[in-house]
Amino acid sequence: MIGASKIKQYSNVLEKPLSKGKQEVSLSAFAFLFSELVQYNQTQVDNIAELERRLEDAGYAVGARCLELLCHREKVYHIIVKLCVMFMPFWLSQGNRRETRLLGILSFVHSTVWKVLFGKVADSLEKGTEHEDEYMISEKELLVNRFISIPKDMGTFNCGAFVAGIVRGVLDSAGFPAVVTAHFVPMEGQQRPRTTILIKFAEEVLRREARLG
Amino acid sequence: MAPAGPRSGDAIFASVERVNAELFTLTYGAIVRQLLTDLEEVDEVNKQLDQMGYNIGIRLVDEFLAKSNVSRCVDFKETAEVIAKVGFKMFLGVGASVTNWDAEGTCCSIVLEDNPLVDFVELPDTCQGLYYCNVLSGVIRGALEMVSVPSCASLSLVFSSSS
Repeated sequence: MIGASKIKQYSNVLEKPLSKGKQEVSLSAFAFLFSELVQYNQTQVDNIAELERRLEDAGYAVGARCLELLCHREKVYHIIVKLCVMFMPFWLSQGNRRETRLLGILSFVHSTVWKVLFGKVADSLEKGTEHEDEYMISEKELLVNRFISIPKDMGTFNCGAFVAGIVRGVLDSAGFPAVVTAHFVPMEGQQRPRTTILIKFAEEVLRREARLG
Repeated sequence: MAPAGPRSGDAIFASVERVNAELFTLTYGAIVRQLLTDLEEVDEVNKQLDQMGYNIGIRLVDEFLAKSNVSRCVDFKETAEVIAKVGFKMFLGVGASVTNWDAEGTCCSIVLEDNPLVDFVELPDTCQGLYYCNVLSGVIRGALEMVSVPSCASLSLVFSSSS
């Protein structure tokens, strides 16, 4: 049988009701898919920096859509809450608000985004000591790196660049442009190094933050 | 010790580690988008997706056999049933059904009710002819080749989205 046909039960994908986001697939399915993503990109590039950039670009697309999905889902949830608890007006002020402060959006990424995508909140969120505009989200073992080992000749390459791209996508779409990179940080007494996502915000974000007080 | 019998797809899916389907969906979308940008031709993208699926399938079949404990299938009908009921369930968490058998029993359709790959996806007019889920055909082709099912010349999937 030749040809894949899609039997449309709805005319527009936007009309399909938004799922609750509880559906799951096996970790191995995702791991296989991610490994194919990395392998395909390896064939398209000549050097490590280019490979990291491509992975990051792929992640950016995921992050941008993830933010939209989470915000929309939260809004829908809170409309339902609003309808159900009409006699509790103080509930109406929860949720359904765009994050405008730096710490707000960082904590959103560190908790909500991480929880939705990877099933747990990130291990830690720290402010950089050397520069005002740097923040770090650390994770003992990134989900995407679980089944990946980097050969020595690839130096500091980190497939966490995909996750860095996701974070950049979320931040950029939320109005906080930043440069996001992933780094391995060797830990004493542990075989596998920790991964740190380094977020360096753009000038305008810091100026806006200062103005907001 | 008597060998353990074959496990159902649901049981295996409940016992493996799982991730959010949306991460999976969005990552696949990113892959297809990258391919479309790089290759531009829809046919090339279809071929590349099939090849990726093939690469996945040849490794996936090991995990499938290890976790599911299925015994050797006697004929193609049984093979298709096992793929639909156990295979799809344990990796994608969705059940599938086998329909449309032809007279000789060499050709069938596996129908996925709820495909996590196509959530939120709508193909624009410029991409008509793109087999968005072609990676799944490749996976099945690769897996079957590894267990020496005689050559599957062409595989394509019919997927229906429930309203």
